[in-house]
Amino acid sequence: MTASALVEIRDLNFAYDKRPVLKGINMTIPKGSLIAIMGLSGCGKTTLLRHIGGSLKPTGGYVKLDGQVMHELGRDGLYVMRRKMGMLFQFGALFTDMSVYDNVAFQMREHTELPDEIIHDLVLMKLHAVGLRGTQDLMPSELSGGMSRRVALARAVALDPMLIMYDEPFAGIDPISLGLVGDLIRRLNDSLGATSIVVTHDVQESLKIVDYVYFMAEGVVVAEGTPDQIRASDKEYVHQFVHGEMDGPVPFHYPGMDYRADLNLRA
Amino acid sequence: MSATNTIRMIGHRAINAVWRIGVASRFFIYTLLYSGSSFRRFRLTIKELFSTGVMSLIIIIVAGLFVGMVLGLQGYETLKRYGSESALGTMVALSLVRELGPVVAALLFASRAGSAMTAEIGLMKATEQISAMEMMAVNPIARIVAPRFWAGVISMPLLAAMFSAVGVFGGYLVGVVQIGVDEGSFWSQMQSAVDFRDDILNGVIKSFAFGIVVTLIALFEGFDAPPTAEGVSGATTRTVVTSSLAILMLDFVLTAIMFRGN
Repeated sequence: MTASALVEIRDLNFAYDKRPVLKGINMTIPKGSLIAIMGLSGCGKTTLLRHIGGSLKPTGGYVKLDGQVMHELGRDGLYVMRRKMGMLFQFGALFTDMSVYDNVAFQMREHTELPDEIIHDLVLMKLHAVGLRGTQDLMPSELSGGMSRRVALARAVALDPMLIMYDEPFAGIDPISLGLVGDLIRRLNDSLGATSIVVTHDVQESLKIVDYVYFMAEGVVVAEGTPDQIRASDKEYVHQFVHGEMDGPVPFHYPGMDYRADLNLRA
Repeated sequence: MSATNTIRMIGHRAINAVWRIGVASRFFIYTLLYSGSSFRRFRLTIKELFSTGVMSLIIIIVAGLFVGMVLGLQGYETLKRYGSESALGTMVALSLVRELGPVVAALLFASRAGSAMTAEIGLMKATEQISAMEMMAVNPIARIVAPRFWAGVISMPLLAAMFSAVGVFGGYLVGVVQIGVDEGSFWSQMQSAVDFRDDILNGVIKSFAFGIVVTLIALFEGFDAPPTAEGVSGATTRTVVTSSLAILMLDFVLTAIMFRGN
């Protein structure tokens, strides 16, 4: 592992039952960087994220985080590592029976012995950082999609993690919130000195903020590079994805029977 | 061919059922193992006691009152044939503390609090709240399941006692106030015939056992529910059906052990 790499993924393989999902993934994510993992739905992005978080065990290869091979850790070791991680789930996954304040305070109360006054100040600082200090008494059901995402972001960084993972942070939010969340991801990464991994298929928003991009298709990394390299890439897959073209290496039609045969027409 | 398929299907279902019992047993053991925080941070359990116990009070009290009143009416009609109307208090009280209190309260608890627990945990799973908790290095069995389990186990005997007490009062209203059975014999016969250990304590043991079974089924079904709308609704239905059957079967077993030969 290179001295500056926080996450090292080597020859990672994983299969659900006998269906391979990840097929020999290799990635090196340096400390302090913000990287994006892009690809179509079902290409294995979220499965990869779950391996980094230690929720899944690979069928081959490994994920090394801060020098530790994740799948070799027991439950206690895994929990120790997870205290150093923050994760933003696709739809926020805020605890619906707790207020915004209690959601952000959750990890502080669970993992620290901090007095209530300090927790109060820390929660307000985290909420202020995402621009939602005024929502502290609201319940998650009273928040819009974009606001939920930002509260979840405040909760994910509550204990100043060294690694922040984002699962589709831009999915289903309005254009203003979209820019705001993107900007927050970049600012939080830099101000906390953290390393961030964004799993997304929002090309334009993520290319604006990330340092490096991995493109995945059918369980393998098909392209990688800086945002400028990706924009200039002449690889067919990347070109189709970045420019949102309907047809290309990823076909418009799902494989099926011959169209004429399906309609019972004579050849 | 179809016979082979039928045998295969029966075998598959049997294996599946045994497998689920195994998983549920492991879930029960984990719940007990990770129960420490439910007592160290008792406010977590108290919060759940409110939503499972206190919020079930209305249905328990109303149902208890009506069951007691029906017992008063039916009991009077039957006892009158033998000229034993004065034993109405004994009949109402014994029926309630031995059987109807624990059983009906547990059935109501399963449909009111049990279904709510399953739906809540199933939806927490569907909306990734449980995964989020895992990722925050917080054990969901310790934080979500155990406090609810102990809240259910503590609530159930108290709710059953409340049901029996209100039921006795319902029997009193109908038997003494409305029909006119002698008040003195109603209470005195009840007092002399109801034994603390054989009747009340056995009733409490029953409701305690029902509390464990119903809460465990509700929590397991929620935790094991497929994370979809259909999955959660199916799990909620299974909680009510399985709990109700389990209560009735367990009641027979416990009654056979407690009252055989008495």
